[in-house]
Amino acid sequence: MAVKTLTIDGKPVSAEENETILQAATDAGIKIPTLCHLDGLSEVGACRLCITEVSGSNKLLPACVTKVAEGMEVKTNSERLQKYRLMILELLFAERNHVCAVCVANNHCDLQNLAAEHGMTHVRFAYQYPNVPVDASHDWFVMDHNRCILCTRCVRVCDEIEGAHTWDVMGRGTNSRVITDLNQPWGESETCTSCSKCVQVCPTGALSSKGKSVAEMEKRRDFLPYLVQQREGRP
Amino acid sequence: MNKVRLATVWMDGCSGCHMSLLDMDERLIELVRHVDLVYSPLVDAKVFPENVDVTLIEGAVSSEEDLEKIHKIRQRTKILVSLGDCAVTSNVPSMRNRFKVEDVEHRAYIENAQLNQQIPHEVIPRLLARSRPVHEFVKVDVFVPGCPPSADTIYFVLTELVSGRLPELTGKTHFGS
Repeated sequence: MAVKTLTIDGKPVSAEENETILQAATDAGIKIPTLCHLDGLSEVGACRLCITEVSGSNKLLPACVTKVAEGMEVKTNSERLQKYRLMILELLFAERNHVCAVCVANNHCDLQNLAAEHGMTHVRFAYQYPNVPVDASHDWFVMDHNRCILCTRCVRVCDEIEGAHTWDVMGRGTNSRVITDLNQPWGESETCTSCSKCVQVCPTGALSSKGKSVAEMEKRRDFLPYLVQQREGRP
Repeated sequence: MNKVRLATVWMDGCSGCHMSLLDMDERLIELVRHVDLVYSPLVDAKVFPENVDVTLIEGAVSSEEDLEKIHKIRQRTKILVSLGDCAVTSNVPSMRNRFKVEDVEHRAYIENAQLNQQIPHEVIPRLLARSRPVHEFVKVDVFVPGCPPSADTIYFVLTELVSGRLPELTGKTHFGS
């Protein structure tokens, strides 16, 4: 395996050639904000929060799906990046109906935490107030589309770890929705094994356990690296 | 030194932000040495005065009355503060936005009413089509998220403003409770 050397935020870093900027940065102790990424799942670059500036490219490149290269110079936290990350977060809040105060995931939410970390004090874009449903047809779990950010963690964990592929994405742009089976109520799904992995990896309160009230939904994600390691022997 | 002329306003919110303000407890006594409370649900003034230095707005803009008020308040205030999630994001009041106003009124005053089922046509201000954050109508100078912002946060905001600084709130408060 060839080793590449690059600099991240001025720090010399070496990484294996098939590693991403995100992996190399994490190994070097440099924190890049992420949202759709989750250790143990494949990368999709859906949220764009991990965008970085790479010398020689005008485009901002997502660290989770950009491979390291020899001599690469990466910036992870410039003013330009902070500006765009804040904008991404504001657009996520504007696109659905996120009401932190009455959400099951209040104080245990990746989106809420990222907003606070990035100093988001308000949303400059017009809220869309989309009319989206809540699917409470499953015996144990609830899907609230008001709180979904389309990170597809649920889709990936169901496909890659549980092997059921109950979840998928339907539609385009702001009309995109995660769906169960062929867009039928979750409770009527023939493929769902009710394993709850999707609920645990969901970064917001979109997927939750029934019976949880405001701020009660804590997610447990420790199973994921363990399962991946047991099955494939990789960390 | 002249005292800072402070106003607080309660629009479409639950009054929780004002409760949090009162939660400053004995620090209120310290604050009134620097601050004149010229208009508030907590004092008796009926008309929003001229030349207000700082106004804290609790609540979203949801009715025709809110809309009229917010423009007058902006005109008469130097530093306008959106206090709490309802003012900043429209929060819980915005949960009615997906429904038509007639449906919301029918639900509240007919379906869920035990007695005297009728939609009020006087005294109660008419609802706007949607409940929206304050900054979608007028310029807001300081945003203080939180449901409600803690007494410590409000104290920090007020002491900074009294000292002539705009408060930097990163890490001090967040959306939700």
